[in-house]
Amino acid sequence: MDRDAAGAPDRGGTGRERWLDAAAGPVVRPYAVTRGRTRPNGEPLDIVTILVATGRRPAEPGRLSRQQRRMLALCRRPSALADLASDLDLPLGVIRVLAGDLLDSGLVDVQRWSPAPDPLNANPTGRPHAGAPHTDPNLLRKVLDELRAL
Amino acid sequence: MSSARSEPHPPEPDAPTDGASDGPADGSADGPRVALKILVAGGFGVGKTTLVGAVSEIRPLRTEEALTDVSVGVDDLDGVAAKTTTTVAMDFGRITLRDGVAIYLFGTPGQERFWFMWNELSLGALGAVVLADTRRLTASFASIDYFERKGTPFVVAVNCFDEADRYEPHEIRTALALDPHVPVLLCDARHATSAKEVLVSLVEHALRLVGGSRVQGAHP
Ligand SMILES: Nc1nc2c(ncn2[C@@H]2O[C@H](COP(=O)(O)OP(=O)(O)OP(=O)(O)O)[C@@H](O)[C@H]2O)c(=O)[nH]1
Ligand SMILES: [Mg+2]
Repeated sequence: MDRDAAGAPDRGGTGRERWLDAAAGPVVRPYAVTRGRTRPNGEPLDIVTILVATGRRPAEPGRLSRQQRRMLALCRRPSALADLASDLDLPLGVIRVLAGDLLDSGLVDVQRWSPAPDPLNANPTGRPHAGAPHTDPNLLRKVLDELRAL
Repeated sequence: MSSARSEPHPPEPDAPTDGASDGPADGSADGPRVALKILVAGGFGVGKTTLVGAVSEIRPLRTEEALTDVSVGVDDLDGVAAKTTTTVAMDFGRITLRDGVAIYLFGTPGQERFWFMWNELSLGALGAVVLADTRRLTASFASIDYFERKGTPFVVAVNCFDEADRYEPHEIRTALALDPHVPVLLCDARHATSAKEVLVSLVEHALRLVGGSRVQGAHP
């Protein structure tokens, strides 16, 4: 099943992109508010991708939509796409496209995760875990301890 | 500008936008530094919303099942949202831990037609909780199949409804034909402590799967 959320790159930008879901029908269809694009340029943004404002000033503030300005303000504090969708009360797909625009214009960045060196929980190799957060034993142990303590 | 937001992090127009990780260690005033996804799945009415609500504050979140073609101006997104009658609501909750670590919980409708959401949600997820009701165990088959196929770590939490007969976890494991390593536990999704235990069990399981466990014999 190919669809944008699963990460199949869409390089067309033809305005004809459609992903069909067996039961649900068209998953995404182009819509005018995002100028026909159904997904941001570049890498797909996960629902928990964290965006943070770069602090750069918009070259043409007037070109930002009201929603993008609100999004940019929210991103002064790192915010996941899910947070933005919830706070702005917009569907996730719309957030994705608007976020793509802010990324393209350098107003926000994706917050990259790098494991903090933790002397107490250092793994036997002493090297930080190189993979994704959800497979980092040190991070999972930390989450476990804190969950238990809640 | 700062609209009605219940979260304790209104945008601070005067705050510096860099040095985001220099704030308080409890992570409540700062945004998340790293976000971990946990899915809550299971059949109709099995307690997904209840579980997410028991461990976190539920917040509204919509995604699109299908969007109708609309033609509106760039500044009229609210109009678009109103016309997309096919948006799907998810249960969304966040647990903020210290040092900018946050758990994002997503409760998704169980029917197969919503699997397009799961495909995205399960990618890079810490794991999933499959809620089950002993009166309708078959309703959890689809979720279990799904996560087994995707290789997503999952636990099965049997919601103890008052009217339902009680079974031992091992009986449920057999009935569901689960791999021996998949944790099965009984829970009451209405109670924070019980719901939290489910998450603890899932994180322990995920940790075992990445080979970083220092937890011994944590679960039956
Ligand atoms: N006795 C008991 N009742 C529960 C438990 N969990 C949920 N309920 C009740 O079961 C009903 C359904 O729970 P929900 O959380 O709405 O279930 P859901 O999975 O979100 O339902 P859908 O979103 O409609 O699929 C509610 O009335 C809950 O109060 C439980 O552990 N024990
Ligand atoms: Mg529900």
